[in-house]
Amino acid sequence: MKPEMVITVKDLNLYYGDFHALKAVPMEVKRHHITALIGPSGCGKSTLLRTLNRMNDTIPSVRVTGTVLLDGCNIYSPGTDVCELRKRVGMVFQRPNPFPLSIYDNVAFGLRVAGITDRHRVEGIVERSLKGAWLWDHLKDKLDQSALELPLDQQQRLCVARLLAVEPEVILMDEPCSALDPLSTARIEELMLDLKAQYTIVIVTHNMQQAARISDYSGYMLLGEMIEFGVTAGIFTSPRDKRTQDYVSGRYG
Amino acid sequence: MERHFDENLQALKHQLIKMSAMSEVMISDAVKSLVERNQAMFAPVWQREEQVNQLQIEIDETCLTLIALHQPAAGDLRFIMGAAKTNAELERLADEAVNIVQKSEHLLKEPPLKSFEIIPEMAVIAQGMVCDSLHSFVNRNVALAREVLLRDDRLDELRNMISAELSAFMVRDPGSVSRALDLLLISRYLERIGDHATNIAEITIFVVEGRDVRHHSDHKVRQASSR
Repeated sequence: MKPEMVITVKDLNLYYGDFHALKAVPMEVKRHHITALIGPSGCGKSTLLRTLNRMNDTIPSVRVTGTVLLDGCNIYSPGTDVCELRKRVGMVFQRPNPFPLSIYDNVAFGLRVAGITDRHRVEGIVERSLKGAWLWDHLKDKLDQSALELPLDQQQRLCVARLLAVEPEVILMDEPCSALDPLSTARIEELMLDLKAQYTIVIVTHNMQQAARISDYSGYMLLGEMIEFGVTAGIFTSPRDKRTQDYVSGRYG
Repeated sequence: MERHFDENLQALKHQLIKMSAMSEVMISDAVKSLVERNQAMFAPVWQREEQVNQLQIEIDETCLTLIALHQPAAGDLRFIMGAAKTNAELERLADEAVNIVQKSEHLLKEPPLKSFEIIPEMAVIAQGMVCDSLHSFVNRNVALAREVLLRDDRLDELRNMISAELSAFMVRDPGSVSRALDLLLISRYLERIGDHATNIAEITIFVVEGRDVRHHSDHKVRQASSR
């Protein structure tokens, strides 16, 4: 039995040079649930999200203190295999970013990197992943088509399928719908609700209503601090902190 | 596209159905206690009242959460608002059943006054109205809702009949006044139950058609579907 919490963040500080971007942040991410991070621009929510699979490592001036436990192991301890980590904790970005390859090759890409070459096996995984992202029925007859020709929401779901192929435990989503129209957004949201049965999702969103609609837990961040974290229904009906209250009722700023 | 939100709305409907079923049994038990002079019916009514109160809190919480988290619009919004109002009506009509039991407890301590067949008849109508109004609400059945509205007149009529009978009784036999007053109040509680069911039927028409038919504001719309 795996522990109930997939990720436990304790006392996490992050500095961009002299700038203190995350201040002693705590957070717990529950398995098979959707956790949303909300807050005004620059509050640190994307930074926090990116600490969960060490995406901030690529920025030279970044310094991190504190712990991020993934299934009980600190991902910031020396000797962590960052590639393996990012396979277990995958990410979907704001703008859909399919590779300039065919639909099939996009989904198979990670498998080839992982050294899986058996054609039969790859085909099976591609089909399963496209089905998981609700794309199979649309795309099964045009897998050779360039991924860049797909409409934006299908591109975004293809990025989800590309992640599913390598069987991540956690899917991080950084504003995954901000480039999409309301109907496409609704489709991605329904997909997320579907995916949580098998995966664990952490989403950053500017769209407070989106956090309300789909997440089970929400964290409100402000100026690098986790102001309030709890069950989403509680955050949106009776937040404890005045600052959370102001933000969710649209009075902030 | 199937929405996860629809599952939440379905769950809310089930909560209301459960509450309504409980209220219906309460009415039936309350009247049975009186007609059959059966004290054993008191306790279940009291117990169910507690459960109904608990459900009222839960349903309000569900409605509040759904509004806060999903920002419903149009038909969804009318439904959730209607559910919250129906919730209040159900709780109050369950209270009327408790009122009946209180009077019944009193009446059972004294010899029977007279068997009033009107009371059980009123109870059957009121209970049917509760059942059908709630069904009209959860199934979006406006024809059934309009039919419930019509039945309320019969309930008022019966109440006037029993009122006249009891008044005559009190004049003839002043010793019966206290018991007759209790019965009069019971008929009043049953009539109120019908009123709550009527309100639920009106809420249904608003939820389905978006038209407010309360306070006889629009006779045509109230009586027949013109859409």
